[in-house]
Amino acid sequence: METLTELQWIFDVLTGCGLLWLAWSCLSSRNLHRAVVQFVSFGLLMSLAWVRLEAPDIALAEAAIGAGLTGALLMASLARLPLSGSADIRALKSAERIAGARLLQLLRNSLLFAFALFIIYAIFFLPPEFSGLREEVATEIENAGVRNPVTAVLLNFRGYDTFLELLVLLGALFGVRIVGMQPVRTSMTSEPVLNILASLLTPILILVAAYLLWIGTDGAGGAFQAGAVLGAGGVLLLLAGWRPARALMASPFRSLVLLGPLAFVFVAVLPLLSGRALLQYPPDSAGTLIVLLEIAATLSIGLTLCALFLNVSADDGEQP
Amino acid sequence: MTPTDWFTAMLLGLGTIFFIAGAVGLIRFPDTYTRLHIATKTDNVGLGLIVFGLAVQSGSWSVAGKLVLIWLLVMLAGASVAYLVANGAISRGIPVWKR
Repeated sequence: METLTELQWIFDVLTGCGLLWLAWSCLSSRNLHRAVVQFVSFGLLMSLAWVRLEAPDIALAEAAIGAGLTGALLMASLARLPLSGSADIRALKSAERIAGARLLQLLRNSLLFAFALFIIYAIFFLPPEFSGLREEVATEIENAGVRNPVTAVLLNFRGYDTFLELLVLLGALFGVRIVGMQPVRTSMTSEPVLNILASLLTPILILVAAYLLWIGTDGAGGAFQAGAVLGAGGVLLLLAGWRPARALMASPFRSLVLLGPLAFVFVAVLPLLSGRALLQYPPDSAGTLIVLLEIAATLSIGLTLCALFLNVSADDGEQP
Repeated sequence: MTPTDWFTAMLLGLGTIFFIAGAVGLIRFPDTYTRLHIATKTDNVGLGLIVFGLAVQSGSWSVAGKLVLIWLLVMLAGASVAYLVANGAISRGIPVWKR
């Protein structure tokens, strides 16, 4: 660890305090719209904090998913709520009171308080010199097939984590499609500026996604970041009024959404046939397998995020 | 400090002044449209100055090119989004400030 200069110290303290303040005002805000804006600002500041902690991979993912796409999803869901703004929160609060949920509230608050105390306790009793699993990763990185330790952990050593994350995204899409409507409608918006912006940025976003995917084996980047950028391009197209053709929404859409999880299942099961453990790639072909997995995962993540937005966003015309 | 360092310091300082002016304007200006105006204008110029200050320091054409690309993308997005927000505000009937 390098020693902190005073300027860095001030910057870190300001970032930390800003994060706490934003988190509190986002949670306690009575205006939902303001809470969403504060959530997005929180995500941006959080990615800055990740940069300061020298974790550019997480910073990228936080900025793209935490601030960007989640913000868009929250905004779209907010526009769909029957009541928006502060009125519904007050209605919710009074409903809570009528139901006599005071005791439940007390229980919840005391549980949260105990959990917070536990976290503070855990922070104070962390060993001062602890490098995590850095050395284990460093000794095994030759067999991982990639040179970026983060990618090695995410897609090789703990591949099932990434696999389960893909399943979480898939589950979210299922949930949204079960409760939500599916507004598939071909329309072009009359907003020329948005159209120009979308047509200029979409190729750039595809290029950036490909770059993030490619650089992920050596440096900061990888499937989730690339998928998020791809998803952002899709959201931009959807905002500009572009809608996929009905034929595309059937089997091509489904197979592309399932491509990532299925590729993972295939690659996970394959080593079992040659007497290895689940997800234990043979070291000489690990690099190729990881790149293939990442391509499949990127496409699925991008499409799933985009589809989440399509299903959540209200269509300004017909309501089924 | 070399002359290059002085040049960078000057550009970064100027850029910071523009950002601070933008932040002050965002708080002080009376309506949505003037706030959009100050935020977009000062961000474009301030980020441009900071990008050029850093590009001089980078010492490599590829890094400098990436920095300039970031600036161009921010200008494109900033100008378009400012227009879209202002257009949305007008269509919602948010009044324009008059003295």
